[in-house]
Amino acid sequence: MLSLIVFLPIIAGLVILAVPSSQKQIIRIVSLLAALAQGVLAVLIWRGYDPALPGITAGPGGSPLGSFQFVEKVPWISLNLGGFGSLNIEYFLGVDGISVTMVILTALVSAIGVLSSWTIQKQVKGYFILYNLLASAMMGCFVALDFFLFYVFWEIMLLPMYFLIGIWGGPNREYAAIKFFLYTLFGSVFMLLVMIGLYFSVTDPATGLHTFSLVAMATQTNFNIPGAIFAPENHLWRQIAFIVLFVGFAIKVPMFPFHTWLPDAHVEAPTPISVILAGVLLKLGTYGMIRINFPLFPEVFQASMFVIGIFGAINIIYGAFCALAQKDLKKMVAYSSISHMGYVLLGLSAGNSEGMVGALYQMFNHGTITAMLFLLVGVIYDRAHTRQIDKFGGLASYMPVYAAVVTVAWFASLGLPGLSGFISEALVFVGAFSSEITRPIAMVSVLGIVFGAAYLLWSLQRMFLGKRKDDAAYDLVVGKDGHEHIHFHDWNGKLDLDGRELAMLVPLVVITIFLGIYPMPVLGMLTSSINKLVQVLALPL
Amino acid sequence: MFELPSGAEIQGIIASIQGSVGFFIPEIYLSALFMLLIIVDLVAKGRKNNLLAITTLLGLAGSTIFIYQQHALPAGEFFFGMYVLDEFALFFKYFFVLSAIVAVVVTMADEQFDREVKSMGEYYALIVAMVIGMIMMASSADLLMIFLSMELVSFTGYILAGYFKRNPRSSEAALKYLVYGAVSSGLMVYGFSLIYGITAQTNIIKIGLELAAHGSDSLVMILATLLVLAGFGYKIGAVPFHFWSPDVYEGSPTPITAYLSVASKAAGFALLMRFFYVSIPHGGLPPEDKLGMDWLSLLMILSVASMIYGNVVALWQKNVKRLLAYSSIAHAGYLLLGILVMDQFGTQATLFYLLSYFLMNFGAFYVVILISNKTGSENLDDYRGLGKKMPLAGAALTVFLISLVGLPPTVGFIGKLMIFSALLTKGSLYIWIALVGIMTSVISLYYYMLIPLNMYLRESKQSDEQSMNLGMAPQIILAVLMILTLYFGLFFTPLSDFAKYSSAIFGITLQ
Repeated sequence: MLSLIVFLPIIAGLVILAVPSSQKQIIRIVSLLAALAQGVLAVLIWRGYDPALPGITAGPGGSPLGSFQFVEKVPWISLNLGGFGSLNIEYFLGVDGISVTMVILTALVSAIGVLSSWTIQKQVKGYFILYNLLASAMMGCFVALDFFLFYVFWEIMLLPMYFLIGIWGGPNREYAAIKFFLYTLFGSVFMLLVMIGLYFSVTDPATGLHTFSLVAMATQTNFNIPGAIFAPENHLWRQIAFIVLFVGFAIKVPMFPFHTWLPDAHVEAPTPISVILAGVLLKLGTYGMIRINFPLFPEVFQASMFVIGIFGAINIIYGAFCALAQKDLKKMVAYSSISHMGYVLLGLSAGNSEGMVGALYQMFNHGTITAMLFLLVGVIYDRAHTRQIDKFGGLASYMPVYAAVVTVAWFASLGLPGLSGFISEALVFVGAFSSEITRPIAMVSVLGIVFGAAYLLWSLQRMFLGKRKDDAAYDLVVGKDGHEHIHFHDWNGKLDLDGRELAMLVPLVVITIFLGIYPMPVLGMLTSSINKLVQVLALPL
Repeated sequence: MFELPSGAEIQGIIASIQGSVGFFIPEIYLSALFMLLIIVDLVAKGRKNNLLAITTLLGLAGSTIFIYQQHALPAGEFFFGMYVLDEFALFFKYFFVLSAIVAVVVTMADEQFDREVKSMGEYYALIVAMVIGMIMMASSADLLMIFLSMELVSFTGYILAGYFKRNPRSSEAALKYLVYGAVSSGLMVYGFSLIYGITAQTNIIKIGLELAAHGSDSLVMILATLLVLAGFGYKIGAVPFHFWSPDVYEGSPTPITAYLSVASKAAGFALLMRFFYVSIPHGGLPPEDKLGMDWLSLLMILSVASMIYGNVVALWQKNVKRLLAYSSIAHAGYLLLGILVMDQFGTQATLFYLLSYFLMNFGAFYVVILISNKTGSENLDDYRGLGKKMPLAGAALTVFLISLVGLPPTVGFIGKLMIFSALLTKGSLYIWIALVGIMTSVISLYYYMLIPLNMYLRESKQSDEQSMNLGMAPQIILAVLMILTLYFGLFFTPLSDFAKYSSAIFGITLQ
């Protein structure tokens, strides 16, 4: 099941390879079918998932079964190394509470991304091949339980992303693409060294051999090689490894001060890639922290909760301030992403169940809400060919449906009660306040909500309320019926949202509202895993 | 004074030579092929066809049978300790023959030869001669033999580098290659003479025993090692013996550039590993050494310098061949990392890296040739918009470059993984060097990606959108190389097992 959901897009990509490049519609439909099939599989996984099993570490008897679900484990590579026995790499997939929510999110956002890619006209074939490769790699990252496999998927993501930004992006795309590539590679190459070091420090209790299995690594008693680089008594190297991994993942999140690639990448990327980037890719950073960074080095995590919290708070407030200063709508949304990922960091730093559940729920909600925000930015950019906030005004009266969806998305983003963002942010703050360590940070971070409301409401007001400005990106025309309409210069489509755009946005709006009223479908899947994780992290050493 | 050997001694010598010849069959076969090619060239003079190339290909392919038969022979010394046969040597025999085959295939694709030269006769014969020389380099166990085989490789290399004799750049390349080669050979021989002076031996195994038994003066020893390294460092193209390589790589015919950068470099590594592992296996010096320097420290400096210099200077290159030249300096640095580890895993990692380097570097140069056939240029600027015009070549080149950076799922990633694993198994001792390797590979991403950047992200200056057809055969070869690069990146067990099997060097036991 998991193999299928991971490799479906790649299969679609191979099919597309055989389609002549003039058949654009067939290429799009093949991709859409793959994405929908992925969605069906995600629903099946969701329905078949047993929330009682915790995951995180191995179940009884050291076996992943009974703890992880949908496990697929076959030996992949077995290398004979001189003097060091053998190198064993497994093709090891499985989900627990923290990954199953991300799997569902990835399937959802990938499908919406395909719909959003319908407007791509340039080199459609190459675009969808790369898009499908990216979709596969993202999904693979979330279900891989072998560090080596995770790393392979993690790195495979970079190249398609580079080309997707670099070929189909905006005017400054070369700079943005290589900046993204260099930043993320810089983070991940150090991860490679840590990965090798971990391999030589850990044995799998079931076989007694060295292993890349993240499940085995999450149990501290498996670090049983005396003198190994990450053995429990090797405090210095364990701290270094924690920092290196943390920086690697933090670049992806992106955490201040490693965030500067994100606004560039977002501004240049085409809409669907922004959606994928904000909706899924950023989550990989925090997911990596939860899956790898924290449980493997819990004592270092305990020692660094305060620092992580500080960085979270900086992200929240700094991101909000930056967003407040932006004139470009997409850049504002990009900075709001940085701000909202700060809540995830803050929730994680609390180290208790409430904070961690809030963080994961925030990851899910941020995925759906920012996907929506970027889609909405794309909608207006398609029509007006500009994203400057001050080029708009009074849109609400001319594009009422668009304005309504924008309002829902904007309010969800600022955390209005009744919408999903509120619950996750509230949980994060509950967690952060109830932890002695992060309480002062939480007090400061609450300000972020105020600033968040400020930039969102202000942009809403400037763009949608009031009247058309003189230098606006559209003209006013009086229609035959005597009413005033607006007209975008090179836009011949429907003025308000058309069917395809509604098909992308409505599911997200429904999810946002539903999860704001009744969050249990997601929270229910999370709780047992998170409780287990908190237990693992709090392990006395 | 000199005494004539007695009859019985002469009988013994002859019997020993006769016994040794049985271990020398692939070399004899290749020498015969060399002569055959000259005769074929004479007979078929003036005919415009691929007869010579095909004869070379078949002949080289045939030699693998003889090499394969040598697996049955026991590892050992012969020809009075001049020459050895072991799994390590066999690995390189295959390696050189295969790279010669690829070099011939690449040459057949290169249209520049049609324009520049009338006769290809000596060309293929010289490639075969170079294979013989490199095989002998990898199998030499005696200082004299090392010198002779290295000169054989160098001389053929000089001629091949200047094969476009009416092209000033090619002649310049040959001359530079010659001048640097002569100087470094001279230095190396001086180093050999110092070693002979200390030990009174020329056989490297006996040198090792002698040094282990009696020790040596550390100052003389470090000087000798440094001088010998000048010779080997020239062959592998490591900093600071690299000055020839950018000019030679840029000026030589591209197939020769690829051949030199893969095979000749590998031969240098074979020699370096065998010489240092066997003759100075204990790291070189007794602990009371005042200088605190041994050949391992020297190699460490070389390695770090090569990685940093090669990767940083490559950032400013505008010519793709020159860019790949600097990248090959950097890769010499990565390969040296594996040697530093001084154990079986390290050797295995180095050999594996050589195999991966073989695939990706030949692949990259092959695409460069195909592109240069169509555009007549190797400048980065002229690569603009080529991704659309030749989709397969563009995709393949991207895969090879990603592999050179060392990203999964390519064989280059596994090569780096094994090298770094070998370093880290030594504990935290070598972690700082591994860090340099990691950092520089991030830098390398930038300049390698300049090529796909130009191919895909930028539009060509001319607006003609017609696609360039590369022809059937080159496309198939490219596809095979690309798929192998990816396949061995995911399922690398066979390559790795072969590298492990080949890490057995006669005369020492690595841990």
